[in-house]
Amino acid sequence: MQEIIKKNMLSIEKSVTGRRGVRFEKALSKAEDLLPADCLRKSRPHLPEMSELDTVRHFTNLSRQNYCLDSHFYPLGSCTMKYNPKAYDVLSNLEGFSLAHPFAPLAGVQGTLELLYNLQELLKEITGLSAFTLQPAAGAHGELTGILTAKSYFKSRGEHQRTEVIVPDTAHGTNPATSNMAGYTVINIKSGPDGCVDKEALQKVLSDKTAVVMLTVPNTVGLFEKDICQIAEMVHAAGALLYMDGANFNALMGVAKPASFGVDMMHLNLHKSFAAPHGGGGPGSGPVGVVAHLAQFLPKPMVEKQGERFVLNTQMPDSLGKMKAFYGNISVCIRAYCFLRQYDGKTLHQVAEQAVLNANYVRVLLKDYFPAFFDAPCMHECVLTLQKEKMNGIRTADIAKRLLDYGFYAPTIYFPLIVPEAMMIEPTETENKEMLDLFVEAMKTIFQEIVSNPQVVHEAPLLQPVKRIDEVSAAREPNLRW
Amino acid sequence: MFTSNTAENEKEMLEKIGVSSVKELFKSIPENLLYPSFNLPSALTEEALHKHLRELAGKNKSYLNFVGAGWEEHFIPSAVNALSSRGEFLTAYTPYQAEASQGTLQTIYEFQSSICALFDMDVCSASHYDGATALAEACLASCRVKNRKKIIYSAGLHPHYKEVLHTYLKNVPEIILQEVPLKEGLTDQQALQAVLAEDTACVAIAGPNFLGQLEPMQALSHVVHQAGALFVAVVNPLSLGVLQTPGEYDADFAVAEGQCLGNAMHFGGPGLGIFTCKQAYVRQVPGRIVGIAKDKDGKRSFVLTLQAREQHIRRERAASNICSNEALCALNAVIYLTLIGPEGLREVASLNLSRAHALKELLEETGHKIKFTGPFYNEFVIECKVPASEVIEKLQAQGIAAGYDLGQVCDCLKNCLLVCVTETKTTEDLQKYARALGGI
Repeated sequence: MQEIIKKNMLSIEKSVTGRRGVRFEKALSKAEDLLPADCLRKSRPHLPEMSELDTVRHFTNLSRQNYCLDSHFYPLGSCTMKYNPKAYDVLSNLEGFSLAHPFAPLAGVQGTLELLYNLQELLKEITGLSAFTLQPAAGAHGELTGILTAKSYFKSRGEHQRTEVIVPDTAHGTNPATSNMAGYTVINIKSGPDGCVDKEALQKVLSDKTAVVMLTVPNTVGLFEKDICQIAEMVHAAGALLYMDGANFNALMGVAKPASFGVDMMHLNLHKSFAAPHGGGGPGSGPVGVVAHLAQFLPKPMVEKQGERFVLNTQMPDSLGKMKAFYGNISVCIRAYCFLRQYDGKTLHQVAEQAVLNANYVRVLLKDYFPAFFDAPCMHECVLTLQKEKMNGIRTADIAKRLLDYGFYAPTIYFPLIVPEAMMIEPTETENKEMLDLFVEAMKTIFQEIVSNPQVVHEAPLLQPVKRIDEVSAAREPNLRW
Repeated sequence: MFTSNTAENEKEMLEKIGVSSVKELFKSIPENLLYPSFNLPSALTEEALHKHLRELAGKNKSYLNFVGAGWEEHFIPSAVNALSSRGEFLTAYTPYQAEASQGTLQTIYEFQSSICALFDMDVCSASHYDGATALAEACLASCRVKNRKKIIYSAGLHPHYKEVLHTYLKNVPEIILQEVPLKEGLTDQQALQAVLAEDTACVAIAGPNFLGQLEPMQALSHVVHQAGALFVAVVNPLSLGVLQTPGEYDADFAVAEGQCLGNAMHFGGPGLGIFTCKQAYVRQVPGRIVGIAKDKDGKRSFVLTLQAREQHIRRERAASNICSNEALCALNAVIYLTLIGPEGLREVASLNLSRAHALKELLEETGHKIKFTGPFYNEFVIECKVPASEVIEKLQAQGIAAGYDLGQVCDCLKNCLLVCVTETKTTEDLQKYARALGGI
């Protein structure tokens, strides 16, 4: 077995003609007898033929080649890898929920609708916004929903001249990409020397052509936009809307409500801040919240309560339309609901407080080794950089790979783009001092290695299933399938 | 909940940071906005949470389900969830650090390969949100490939897909969307010919279409290609166990909802957007793709590749804004396909086909009218004597979800019921359905 794991065999390479896994009953009639020949498949698909045991071993062994939150500290900045409680796995998959068809009679899905409605209410309360849609399937999908909501709003007002979206250079790449998909021209602005929005630069580009200003709060260098209230005033004075990318909401959960900053709309990432697992890349869920006068433009349908009954309201003449075929990534929403129900008004602040405490602790302990790019208290994550003169040619990517060998997943690297050799570290509130101390120790050890034996860092990783991968080789002659 | 620093930890940490309280770390937030009151229900312990969620789940009802319409009930072998729910898969992030994510990366490569084999297409992405958004992205990609602005689609597309298509495309400058009507339940080829022109980027057609009818995909693809446009097929992945594949009829893009491959229904989400295309368009694919690479020792390994298309590199010039996708649903799909293999796939698709036909015959024997006469897979339309909504209500009382009320799509179909039969329905279930439908 060890030999096979080492060889990284594909399922198709383990396939043996005629071997069977799961079987089904024999059909009453053959396809050839029911359909004309030209409707039928001509050749058998080249899929693996394996026993059930082979399949179980194959995927179990593959899983063991992953670092994951359940086994490793995962300080991936902006990704909020907090603990995903096991109870929510069980509860989100209860048959009552998982067997519900999206076109089931409404009377048969009152439990799901009640939960979704109550989740909306909870999200409204913790953000201060007036209405939420749970329809978007991910954060970027939420962004598109938000920007299209704004577009529908301006259209209803006849303000067709608003064709621009302003995005700071620290924004997630999804922000400009989203604005472009929505048919807007992207105006990039540079950040000030303190890592926050340069208000003068913003004022210069704000005009009656501005539809939306998109801000990530806290921003991607881990700092709170200290002038956000004035920025909101400037944006509103120009007749535009302020969109908050809520990917970093963990820094604020339970200590502040974005609506109070003057934010008009925001998305949340239920798969980050609300403890739903990432599943190796998804599914996520990116609910969008808006102030009252934008609610009518949200995607349809909306989950509403009529008397004691929960319904999907499709009668929304001003709605931007549908964002996906069916309403939301429900099983992700169920987990987020579970998460919020385990806090109350007196305890929710622990989320942001412990997240911020943990990030600052790491920042301060690593100060002399890998200093923060902006030397100021950070929020939920700290963005560190390299002291180039001490690095012996070692780069951030090398450090990331060496961390893997020390049993830690790597921070987000080379982002944000304005920070050279960036390492973005987000411990989240569910880690404790002992784990952070171990991580800091590993970072300090790597620093010593860089000084005394840089080669070992340069060659990392040495202890993973594969050595350093040449990513360029994959793009040159892409092999994307067997 | 789930925070684990003790008071002693916190004290030591604050000392090291050099502040006297956690609150001091929030100084950059205007003080008057800090610590507002939160009106939340009382916190639940895990035990109380279990009780509460079970109560909510208990408020849903289960039906003998004959509703499909783009989302299907299928048997999911136990090994699918047993494997995909392993924490190693479930609690990993997008595999940015490839060396520590080979498990996820290889499963995505196998997913891409399996779907390419099933569809007979060259390239498959790591996944998209759902079938509808995958379709919208394929149409956008077609416009980029052809540098043309007109998108034609058949009225036989799922009505929700049409709505999503409009949401995604109506905001893109200069794009024109045009619908081609149906005739006798199939895309009207004459009408299609009439609107195909030099400015047409692509034509999107579903086979089977929303009424369950198998469109003549080969002929349609030919017509579209003759006009110099691209052919975008929307398919049912499981049906490809028996049906002609998008590769066989030369589709340029083929997209699908992959929920039917090992994913639970969950009231419509998460689903699995499947996005495939010909090799020539690989650089227009939205979102993640995994490819084979070599490590330092020359060993085969897997990485996210062709990232120059993506938002984190190209920002406003990216092929799409997609970042998170539906990786875990894709994992369910590849485990499902690996478990059943090519023979199981043929079996399950044949079962869907034959049981749906068995129900059709049963209903015809009892005097029911089947609206369309063309070939179909696992869905067909019953024309009732009364509005379909009334039929649904009547059967609901007997614990049966009778189908999808086509009156929602068009008043002209208000007596029509779209019924779906999957392998989960036994002969007894079919008889029960026919009896319940009785004389309506």
